[in-house]
Amino acid sequence: MNLGAYLERHAQTLVGSFGRIVKQPFATLMIISVIGIALALPLILQVLVQNARQATGNWTDAIDLTLYLNTAASEERARAIAAQLRSRGDIAAVQVITARQALNEFREHSGFGTALDALTDNPLPQVLVVTPTLAASRSDAAQPLQKQLAAIPDVAEVQLDTAWVRRFHAMLDTAHRLVALISGILVAGIVLIIGNTVRLDILNRRNEIEVMKLVGGSDGFARRPFLYSGFLYGLGGGGMALLLAALTTHLLTGSIRHVAELYGSDFGLTGAGWALGGEVLIGAGLLGWLGAWVAATWHIRAIEPS
Amino acid sequence: MIRFEQVHKRYATGRQALAGLSFSVQAGEMAFLTGPSGAGKSTILKLIALIERPSRGEVFVGDQNLARIGRRRIPLFRRQIGVVFQDHKLLQDRPVLDNVALPLIIAGVPRREIDKRVRAALDQVGLLGKERNLPQELSTGEQQRVGIARAVVAKPPLLIADEPTGNLDPQLALETMRLFKRFNDVGVTVVIATHDVHLIEAVGARRIALTDGQLALA
Ligand SMILES: Nc1ncnc2c1ncn2[C@@H]1O[C@H](COP(=O)(O)OP(=O)(O)OP(=O)(O)O)[C@@H](O)[C@H]1O
Ligand SMILES: [Mg+2]
Repeated sequence: MNLGAYLERHAQTLVGSFGRIVKQPFATLMIISVIGIALALPLILQVLVQNARQATGNWTDAIDLTLYLNTAASEERARAIAAQLRSRGDIAAVQVITARQALNEFREHSGFGTALDALTDNPLPQVLVVTPTLAASRSDAAQPLQKQLAAIPDVAEVQLDTAWVRRFHAMLDTAHRLVALISGILVAGIVLIIGNTVRLDILNRRNEIEVMKLVGGSDGFARRPFLYSGFLYGLGGGGMALLLAALTTHLLTGSIRHVAELYGSDFGLTGAGWALGGEVLIGAGLLGWLGAWVAATWHIRAIEPS
Repeated sequence: MIRFEQVHKRYATGRQALAGLSFSVQAGEMAFLTGPSGAGKSTILKLIALIERPSRGEVFVGDQNLARIGRRRIPLFRRQIGVVFQDHKLLQDRPVLDNVALPLIIAGVPRREIDKRVRAALDQVGLLGKERNLPQELSTGEQQRVGIARAVVAKPPLLIADEPTGNLDPQLALETMRLFKRFNDVGVTVVIATHDVHLIEAVGARRIALTDGQLALA
């Protein structure tokens, strides 16, 4: 068989499969919607995680510094240092937590109330929580600032407080992995859905397959139209998923922008993008092909003329 | 062309359809399988087309021992045989053209060539002009002839038919038999299972008579 004839034959089969699919618009819409919803869920999550990561990429720099004074330092000394720091251009805010406040709080929340009364001295230090300006909180500026603050007399220790940012990014990583896991499960589901649809198609066209085999058609020949159906189902489902994802991001964009404005950010939601869209379409088509291949190979083999 | 050697066929039900049957049909010959219902005529044709396998004994078609043809090679083997079924076995949702073209499509014949050969085959069975009709729009006799056109379109060297005249009126039955005879005249080996003994006489061909899965003693 020459290439032209071969391609022509495949094109014909594709058109034939397409024709059969659109002849049952309701059933086709159902299956495409099922696939679309199953694919849209991880797609939307993926878009959200991606956006969260982008939006918080520079947050590693958004830090607080915690200054612990020597235990000998008085409350007055703490307030004096605070006043001195507030006058600096690279510091946005300073909060003083006096040793007394800290102890009272500890007394209230720890349940050691009476035991603590036995203490004659307050063992806790005075603490200052320093929030640098945005410019000074970049990681390259934060280190020198930490050194300068540590050099102030009576300052025992300066702690760069980035743990929560790291925690947030760890959460994003987990979310990302979760998306991958959910995607995997749904992808398996889609293969099964399409496989089952193709199985029903095959049973409906059992006679036709029998006739094909009787006149010398191979399993592969009988299978071909079903592979195209599977591919088209997948493609349709992928398109539906993109549509749903686009709709969702569109609906979310308004409220996210509103929230972002409240926080003084110009952050907006970015959609799936063309590249990801293309990947989803092709991936979904291939999934359909795969599901159809498994089902068709299995069930067509079992059909023997008698 | 066809050789049965001590062929036994016992179906899964336990029913013995053929009991040590031996016969052969030469290339270019035309032969009729006759005998009462249940004698094993259809079983013989199914064994030839590898729709069934013998329980014991060997079947040869051409110079091939069918026992050596594995599952994967069956399609290729069947393309050498034209089969006509009593119930036609047409694709009901495809026009006549597609039905007759099926063996050529399977064989990978180029499109232009297909059209030409389908029309030639339809011409031979007198159905030219019905290409666009669906099978259900045709009479039983016409559907039977679509089946015959499909069986011969790829020019197989062997043509087998199971009661091809079973549902036809005597006139149409005779015409159909003559049609088979014409294919035989151009060198095709033809084997037909039938009840219509008087048709055999009209066409004048060899008769292989069976009873209970064995050759009937004349
Ligand atoms: N698939 C099958 N399973 C079980 N038994 C079968 C099967 N096919 C045929 N038989 C039995 O084998 C015997 C021979 O059947 P076969 O169909 O070959 O007869 P036949 O000569 O073609 O009869 P008829 O003239 O009625 O078509 C019959 O007794 C039949 O019941
Ligand atoms: Mg029979």
